[in-house]
Amino acid sequence: MGGEIRNGNVEKATISIPEIKFTKLFINGEFVPSISGKTFENIDPRTEEVIANVSEADKEDVDLAAKAARQAFDDGPWPRLPGCERRRIMLKFADLIDENVEELAALDTLDAANLYSFGKAKQIHDGAELIRYYAGAADKIHGTTLKMSSELQGYTLVEPIGVVGHIIPWNFPTQMFVMKVGPAMAAGCTMVVKPAEQTPLSALYYAHLAKQAGVPDGVINVVTGYGSTAGAAISSHMDIDMVSFTGSTETGHRIMQAAATSNLKAVSLELGGKSPFIVFDDADEGIYDKFIAKLLEEVKAWVVGDPFDPNVNQGPQVDKKQYEKVLSYIERGKKEGATLLVGGKPLPGKGYYIEPTIFTDVTDDMTIAKEEIFGPVMSIMKFKTVEEAIKRANGTKYGLAAGIMTNDLNIANTVARSLRAGAIWINCYFAFDYDLPVGGYKMSGYGKDMGIEALHKYLQIKSVATPIFNSPWL
Amino acid sequence: MAARRISSLVSRSLPPLSRDGKQSCLGRGIYRYGTTAAHEEPIKPPVTVEYDKLLINGQFVDAASGKTFPTLDPRSGEVIAHVAEGDTEDINRAVAAARKAFDEGPWPKMTAYERCRIMLRFADLVEKHNDEIAALETWDNGKVYEQSAHIEIPMLARLFRYYAGWADKIHGLTIRADGPYHVQSLHEPIGVAGQIIPWNFPLLMFAWKVGPALACGNTVVLKTAEQTPLSALLAGLPDGVLNVVSGFGPSAGAALCSHMDVDKLAFTGSTATGKIVLELAAKSNLKPVTLELGGKSPFIVCEDADVDKAVEVAHFALFFNQGQCCCAGSRTFVHEKVYDEFVAKAKERAMKRNVGDPFKTGMEQGPQIDAEQFHKILKYIKYGKECGATLETGGDSFGTKGYYIQPTVFSNVQDDMPIAKDEIFGPVQSVLKFKDNAEVIRRANNSPYGLAAGIFTQDLDTANTLTRALRVGTVWVNCFDTFDAAIPFGGYKMSGIGREKGEYSLKNYLQVKAVVTSLKNPAWL
Repeated sequence: MGGEIRNGNVEKATISIPEIKFTKLFINGEFVPSISGKTFENIDPRTEEVIANVSEADKEDVDLAAKAARQAFDDGPWPRLPGCERRRIMLKFADLIDENVEELAALDTLDAANLYSFGKAKQIHDGAELIRYYAGAADKIHGTTLKMSSELQGYTLVEPIGVVGHIIPWNFPTQMFVMKVGPAMAAGCTMVVKPAEQTPLSALYYAHLAKQAGVPDGVINVVTGYGSTAGAAISSHMDIDMVSFTGSTETGHRIMQAAATSNLKAVSLELGGKSPFIVFDDADEGIYDKFIAKLLEEVKAWVVGDPFDPNVNQGPQVDKKQYEKVLSYIERGKKEGATLLVGGKPLPGKGYYIEPTIFTDVTDDMTIAKEEIFGPVMSIMKFKTVEEAIKRANGTKYGLAAGIMTNDLNIANTVARSLRAGAIWINCYFAFDYDLPVGGYKMSGYGKDMGIEALHKYLQIKSVATPIFNSPWL
Repeated sequence: MAARRISSLVSRSLPPLSRDGKQSCLGRGIYRYGTTAAHEEPIKPPVTVEYDKLLINGQFVDAASGKTFPTLDPRSGEVIAHVAEGDTEDINRAVAAARKAFDEGPWPKMTAYERCRIMLRFADLVEKHNDEIAALETWDNGKVYEQSAHIEIPMLARLFRYYAGWADKIHGLTIRADGPYHVQSLHEPIGVAGQIIPWNFPLLMFAWKVGPALACGNTVVLKTAEQTPLSALLAGLPDGVLNVVSGFGPSAGAALCSHMDVDKLAFTGSTATGKIVLELAAKSNLKPVTLELGGKSPFIVCEDADVDKAVEVAHFALFFNQGQCCCAGSRTFVHEKVYDEFVAKAKERAMKRNVGDPFKTGMEQGPQIDAEQFHKILKYIKYGKECGATLETGGDSFGTKGYYIQPTVFSNVQDDMPIAKDEIFGPVQSVLKFKDNAEVIRRANNSPYGLAAGIFTQDLDTANTLTRALRVGTVWVNCFDTFDAAIPFGGYKMSGIGREKGEYSLKNYLQVKAVVTSLKNPAWL
């Protein structure tokens, strides 16, 4: 039994697509072609057509970018500016983002199929606000004076770690960019950013705005290209001090290995998840059937179509590879005996559109219950007791997030503490905040993004000890 | 220097008597500082005074009594403006407005980043109006215009941005308990903050007080010594969040300290007044109090010091802001090995100090703030002479108008002289001799005050030893008066209670609430 999905069949959106201004690598303050001259195609997931040809970075380009970042760190002004000066530049950067909201939102919609109206109304501005959050932190990075057990004066200095590599994914290009670049800038680091090959456009635009804001050359470098070439070059670079990655667990393994075999650079990983969303029954009757009925109603109203259309809830998947992967998981779900409640098919015509799909009667051992699908496929399972829910929710190699729906104080507290996951949302979901750190447990990774915690990845702690004489206190 | 500053207006001859009947002292030789500037007509400041009323609940209003008091131009003693004189009734209205704004208004319920944005906008406005604000500050206060415009107003903007950046980062703890409990400490805004600020750095004192209070989500009643032009720039604030009442200590100030509905009090001023403030708070509703009071801070020049550098920094440490700094380095201890050289150079440096109309380019020192301070400083100079200290240079007022005092240096000062013990708050440097570190530590600490100290040495061990031994809230090593937003400032002993600036200042404006909930089946403890 399937519900009907309306395909938001759009009269072509009346948004004027902006001219793509920046398609070259941004190294040492300049937009330059890759050394090889190669470019790669940037595809519009709504139409499967080429939007732009973007410079393709490889190892030599990464070397240049790392060199620029190294010089900017070792000799340039950025780490030597007081925090209040970095703050000033970052506040200007945030203002420039706010001044260019529409163009940036359009780029993310073109590239990643983020919903345009949401981008314009909130997402891009949130990116600017996150930069402001870290701008305000730049002059508050403190070490500690210590209590020594002998006649020594001791203190820690908290220093920028140096040249940082950021490898960021395609699902939220703006969020991912500012989440990484913001705290690294505040800490006084310099960086080489590799955006996903599917979504290079807004990163290059941000580099342009950063320069306008007064960020010195070499501090932010953007090398667009592929993971296996440019990304690998960053993770194995001998002169990059730290690599911060968000993406699949599979790639996370490779990055950590490359870091290990090269120069043991510090690594932070934000990887995949298979996060449980647990709806508790506070009403003492079985909530399952009521839940399914309501869900079906919601799904019927869900509109799939052109992400530039403000009435659309869901755009296309980001590219052909992801599209095919999601469809193959749907087939597996059917084959392994889950009940297809609604959806399950791609939309006809151009573009990587897939119907919102819901499976019920899913069991823990099914593929769709274990592996990260990264598509609009919901898997619903039934449970009886709180202990069972906890045990099954924790029965995964992942541990990124979890949602708990309950009004019961004890269930909320107990379950929140029992779930082995890095972000627990009680009676909400995707509740992100500038001050709230998020990051995974287990194979969802380590290290935090957002909040003050995110700064730690980009800092090194140095202890300094000096003997003292005749101190009136110890 | 002075020769170049003689303007064409010196067709006016020097009048024979200054305003209190004493001859301007030219007794000991030629003083090369800009005496002529003090005799010229004061430069007309390029601003008008527009804000002379109280700010209560978002409105600019007259005092309930209708009274005003004059603010004077310290260059001439003339009236600049008549400012509303707040008293108990006005304080009551202001506190009521602040209470309502806190309990019912939007301010504490706004998200932190919205508060941050309002504070950032204020900083932007301050920057935009930098020169006007600086001119008003100089006109009111007498501090050199270049200091206002190039140092203090930019610092005001930086301070506000600093505190804006804390607004959305105020954290408590989740705490591990000994049993099955979920424990949080919530850091909540304390409520209505009463703040009393002095006249020596009106705008910076405004930022030190109002900045953290607002960042933490509180509402404020600020009692100022005079009008402040800043109230109007805080336009984005909801009504009642910041209330400003100008007036006098014994009336408006006392009313604020005793008010039963003020949750927190912060005061900067003299130690004598600080005692009264604390007493009133205790007698009324036990509101917590932070005090930033006076000092008699030692500036210690060690035997390995680069004397020329030491002289310059010691000079700045004492004479900055006409000597009107709570943390002025007002006891200059110099090691006997370098003493004679130091004194000679300190004298020379004081003689070169450019004193005159603070609006004139190149001045280093303007007039003292008012007649009361002026006479008090002259009294101490008299004591200095009477006690047998050696007057190296200066020693009197000069000029025919206003409250100008010659940069004065005493040497051979002994610990028991009034000029070595009491806070003078004027351009009077006292130089004392010492033999070794142990002695100077003992003598430096022998004071009821403990605000700050300066140490001049290249020796690592000396720096570390002295730093730890001095019972003061700030030690400056090879520098002085470094006042970055993040550095906590405050006194030991009778120089005060609590710290301002830095993360430490937030504590003053937060209350801690522990929340303990019993847990069922905790997965870990």
